Order: sequence, then C-alpha cells, then structure tokens
Amino acid sequence: MNGLWDTLQGLGGQLAAHVLLSASAIALGVALALPLAIWASRSPAVSRAALGFASLVQTIPALALLALFFPILLSLRAVFGEGLPTLGFLPALLALTLYALLPILRNAVTAQANLDPGVIEAAHGVGMGFWQRLRLVEAPLSAPYIMAGIRTAAVWTIGAATLATTIGQKSLGDPIFAGLQTQNWVLVLSGCFASAGLAMVADALLGTIERGLATRNRTLSLGGLAIVLLGVAAALFVQFGGGQDRRVVIGAKGFSEQYILARLIGQRLEQAGFAVDYRDGLGSAVAHQAVTTGAIDILVDYTGTIWTNQMKRTDNPDRDTMLDQIAKWEEATSGARVLGRLGFENAYGLAMPATAAREGLIENIDDLAPVSSRLTIGGDPEFFERPEWIAVREAYGLRFAETRNFSPTFMYNALKSGEADVIGAYTSDGRIAADDLTILADPRRAFPNYDAIVLLSPDTGRNADLVAALTPLIGAIDVEAMREANLAVDREENKSGFDEAARMLAERAGL
Amino acid sequence: MIDPAIPQLEFREISKRYDRIDAVIDVSLAIAPGEFVALVGASGSGKSTLLKTVNRLVEPDSGAVLFEGDDVAELPLPALRRRVGYVFQSIGLFPHMTVAENIAIGPRLAGEKLPPSRIAQLLELVDLEPGMATRLPDALSGGQRQRVGVARALAGDPHLLLMDEPFGALDPVTRDALGESVRQLHIELGLTTVMVTHDMAEALLLATRVLVMDGGRIVADETPRDLLAGKGGEIAQGLVAVPRSQADRLAELSR
Repeated sequence: MNGLWDTLQGLGGQLAAHVLLSASAIALGVALALPLAIWASRSPAVSRAALGFASLVQTIPALALLALFFPILLSLRAVFGEGLPTLGFLPALLALTLYALLPILRNAVTAQANLDPGVIEAAHGVGMGFWQRLRLVEAPLSAPYIMAGIRTAAVWTIGAATLATTIGQKSLGDPIFAGLQTQNWVLVLSGCFASAGLAMVADALLGTIERGLATRNRTLSLGGLAIVLLGVAAALFVQFGGGQDRRVVIGAKGFSEQYILARLIGQRLEQAGFAVDYRDGLGSAVAHQAVTTGAIDILVDYTGTIWTNQMKRTDNPDRDTMLDQIAKWEEATSGARVLGRLGFENAYGLAMPATAAREGLIENIDDLAPVSSRLTIGGDPEFFERPEWIAVREAYGLRFAETRNFSPTFMYNALKSGEADVIGAYTSDGRIAADDLTILADPRRAFPNYDAIVLLSPDTGRNADLVAALTPLIGAIDVEAMREANLAVDREENKSGFDEAARMLAERAGL
Repeated sequence: MIDPAIPQLEFREISKRYDRIDAVIDVSLAIAPGEFVALVGASGSGKSTLLKTVNRLVEPDSGAVLFEGDDVAELPLPALRRRVGYVFQSIGLFPHMTVAENIAIGPRLAGEKLPPSRIAQLLELVDLEPGMATRLPDALSGGQRQRVGVARALAGDPHLLLMDEPFGALDPVTRDALGESVRQLHIELGLTTVMVTHDMAEALLLATRVLVMDGGRIVADETPRDLLAGKGGEIAQGLVAVPRSQADRLAELSR
C-alpha cells in the first residue's frame, strides 16, 4: 500500500485538471439549466422538450458522448475555423456539461412546479413583476432543490470526467486507464480513490451549501461556497500558476509500450531543460489527430497504422518507401514532422511456442498453412476484423480449425494451456521472449511494416533544441530492448513502473 | 380627499369567461366609501373572480372597474396594488421572509423601507406582539399568520381592503376573533372593505351590505337587517336559512 500512497501523491496535476474540468462543466451546466428552467416554468412545451432532451443525453453512455464530440467539433471547424480544438478540454467540457444538465434542470423545473400556488398568487397580488417574483420569491424558495440537483450533477460529472482521458484531456482517469492497460492495480486504485474522494468532498461541500439554503443559514451556505471556490482557485494555481513555460506534451496510446516510450522521451527532454507533461491513454485515431493539430507535441506512432488507417493505402511497399511516403504525406497534409524510426517494429505477427515450432518444423507461415486445418488460432477481439489478418489469410491460404477471441493477457495464457496453438501477437510484446515463443516469418510480406516512428507536431518540428534532444533516440532501440522493457511492466510479479522501465530502456540502449 | 360623490369602487358591465364557463356576467355595481361589503355565494358563483378584477389579478373580458374614479386598467399595476390591500384565502405569506419582511414587502417593491416602529404599529393593529417581527411564518399559528396577512395588506395605507375568503382556513374560534378584529380595523382606519365569503353568518355579522352572487350575476343586494327580514329573493333567503335554523336549534337546546 506504500505504492498506492506514493502514486496518489504524484496525482496533483491530474487532480487539479480534474477539478477544473468538472467545475467548469458544472458551472456551464448551471448557466444553461437555470434560464432553461425559468423558461420551462412559463411554458409546458419548453419544459417537456428540455427535460426530454436532457434525459435523452443521459441515455448515451458517457464514453460515447465524449467520443462523439470529436467528429462534431471537427465538422464545426467549417464554421469556427481550424483553430477550434477537437481534443482535450473543449470536447470534454461540452460532453460533461450536457451530462450535468439533466439533474440540475430536472430539480429546477420540479422545484418551480412545486412552489405553493398561494405564495405565487400572493407575489402577484402584492405587485411583483416577473423579475421581482423570480428574485424575491421563486429563486430563494427553489434554491435548496436546485442545489440538490447541482450536487447530483457534481458527483456524476466528477465520475464521468475520468473518461476524458480517452480524448486527450488530463484527468484522474489517466492512472485508471494506464493501470487497466498494464494490469497495474495500484494505479487503477489510486485513480479511483482520488476521483471518489474528490466526489465525496464535493458532495459534502455542496450538501453544506444546500443545508444552508434550506435552513436559511447564510454562514453555512456562504462558508461552503467559499471552500468550493478556494478549491477551484487552488486547482487553477496548480494548473497555471508558478509562471512555468509552456510544457511539451507527450502523447501515449493506451498500451504499455506507448507509456514507456513517452516517459523515455520525457526524461530526455527534462534532462535537456524542457518541462514536460503526458497525455496518456489516447485512442489510436485520436492520438494521430492530436499530434497533427498540435493538441499534443510528440507521439510515437507506427508506420503500418498510419499507412492503412490515416492514408487508407492497401498496397505494401518496402519499409523505406513507406516511411518516405508517410513523411511526405504528413508534411503535405498537416505539417507534422516524422523525426525517424526508433529502430524496432511492433507488428502483428503469428506466434507459437518455440518447442512446438521446432517439433513441427514450422519456421514461417508457409510451413503453417498445410497443418492449419488441425490448429486453433487465438487473437484479440480486433485482430480477426483487421485488413492485415484477411490479407495474411488469403496470401497463405490459412484455414484454421477454430478461431477464438481472447483479451491480450489471456491470449498468452491460452497458448500455454493449449487452448490455442497459434496467436496473433504484437512482435514487440515482452511476453514473446518470456514465454519462449517464435514469431513465424512472413516470406510473402502479407503483414505491413509497423516501424515505431517519432512524430512531432508542426510547431514542435521546428524547435531545434527539442529535435536535437530527441535525435539520439532514432535507431537506438532494438526490438529485444523494447520487449524487455514491456515485460518489466506487463509481468505479473515484480512489476516496474513506467518511469523505471523507461530508465532501464535508456540504459540498455546506451542513451 | 375622499369625495362622497364618487364611489370608492365601481364595476361597469363586467364580464369574464373561462373556457366555456361564464364566471361573471354583466355585473354593474357601485360601492361607497366606508362600506363593508360581503360578496356571498356558492363555489363557482363568480364572487372571487369579480373581486380579483379590482386589483387586476383577473382581467375582465369586457367592462371597466373604477377605483376612486380611475379605470384600474389604466393605473400602473404596482401603484394600484399598493393602494388596494389584499388578503388571500391561502394567506400566502412568503415562507423565506420574516414577519417584518412579509409586512414590508409592498412598500419595499415601491422602493420604500418601512421603519421598525411602523411594523410594530401594524402588528399591534392586528393584535400581535411586536416581538413577532423577526419570526418566520412557519413558527406562527394559522390565525397569527392571517393576522400578519392583514397587516401586510394594510402596510401601504390603502383606502380599499379586499379579502378573498380570508378566514376560510381557520378554526371557528380564531375565525370569529379575527373577523371581529377586521371589523374594528375597518371602522378605525375608515376603510372600504370588500370580503368574499361563502358563509352567510359571517357576512351578516360583519358586513354593512351583503351582495349575493349566483351563476355569475348579483341576485341580491341588501343590508343584513333586510336579509334577515326576508328580503333579497329565493337564493339569498336559501343562504340566510342555514344560520337562521342553526340559531333556532341552538336557542331551543339552551331552553
């Protein structure tokens, strides 16, 4: 549990970002919900429409809602120009605001509907106009109910904000997603504790304000409000205070190798005097978009991924040609810069136990084809849908007796226990060496290259100091070194942290 | 200031229709300064609707209401409501305001701050302790609350006091005491009072003039004495019969 405490202490930046994101979303939600509720109280049609819309939004899973704002904002660039951010704070704020809307709106509308009609008649009778009625009677009488709605919204929003990690917004979701990927439960727990703790503190403070409003105790409500504002101010200070220069933001997709390489790059930049920050757990398409638009500054990507997913190419040239064309394409489309290859490849490949391969005299996929009808192949859920697998199957005429889906971790266990004979593995996975597996050669070159490359955002690519600090990485990391580092993080016993694995990798690569 | 030649309040051919129901049909009526008028009738007879046209809580479909000779439709609403005290059936105290704040709300809306001495004076008028000023309505009994309601209606020094079933929610003892207080105030302050009630006994005991409404029309306009003498027609006499027979039975019992 010492590890948990240490990890929690390192989450200050994430906590501050989480507080600011949640507070902004709730504030914006309140700013939208209250006028809407006033309008709704004067018009039953508006009331039905507003509550219906808010309830509909609520049925969309939070993760999907966050993801949907990426294409929405992308299309809105036609109106607001290319400067409109599609990742990070803005889409997270908008999605969470919509999410926070329902409880606030519902409580505000209900509170208004349940106001004593005698009191409202009296307000008219003593001569109050619209605004006087609102300010002197309706608002103070509805306030405790509205506050209860804000409280519910706060708890939901703080929980859902952990998902903002996936669209490139720093939050307490960072350690949760990193931990899930690498089965590092200390990381997962620390993220959960921090966000649950934050939610409980927010709930208690807002509850105090609510009680203050309900009992007309100004000390209680204003005191609670003051502490909330102090908390937000502290988060603002952590986030923007201290007068630091702009930090270099290093992105990482959601798997171990990416986390380690991001730290390796970060450590080098820190040595060179840069302040760095990490944006972890990005989806593959999101990550590429982020680096080309400058939402992040540096990303390790893979040639085959860009080639098939971003450039939509189906041909398979040699690796130098592919890299060359990717570099030109990035330069032409976004101005992002390909710094070069790190030196290893993380491809899809077919793997089987080395002993079984030796016994069956299977060295490459051609040798596998004739016996495939007696074998079971396992892969991750995505693998059998990918164009690469279909290309390989067609090229070699593979006809397996059975195909089975496993989560990546269980895939290796299945191979050990004999539930699968061959698996679709990642070639830089540390478990290939640890489990004594052989990657079968691909003589027909059906799998494309997946050379790991360093991508720099357009601005970062022009930063000579930064480029100089990173250039030694090019060609420095071979696949064995990468596997070893991955294994150090992925193994079940004696796990290393990402920083530690990155330092080990740097040492091994002689950096 | 009060010219006896001009009625305090005059209804001219007032009609009001809700959906398909005629609430008030072509009512014309003049009320002189100093009168205590009771509007009596069954539920749905239109008495509350007629009362509410005075301070424009209800806008009539046709006709005009003249208050001290001025058409109320042309008076600025806050000024009108300030000059006309109104006591609500539901009492309608603002639960988040103290007794003092409730009483002072009308002048406050007009930009005037009532001094504590005036609040105390108003509380004394309705037989409440001045110390109640700082309490919230929740801490008062039903009768005390309606007394505050009356004090609120009187805060703007109105000439006209409108009361919509003011004692409907109160127990008989409180009701009787409060009715008597209001009658005293009516005399002391030289008010013109219009009170809506469905209780003929209350009307007969408090008012100087009783109007009976039925189906949106005024069907009787008599003094209490004349009503008790059998005037006013069938509907009015039907309403008078109830307290009369109760009184007879009570008299018989005590014999």
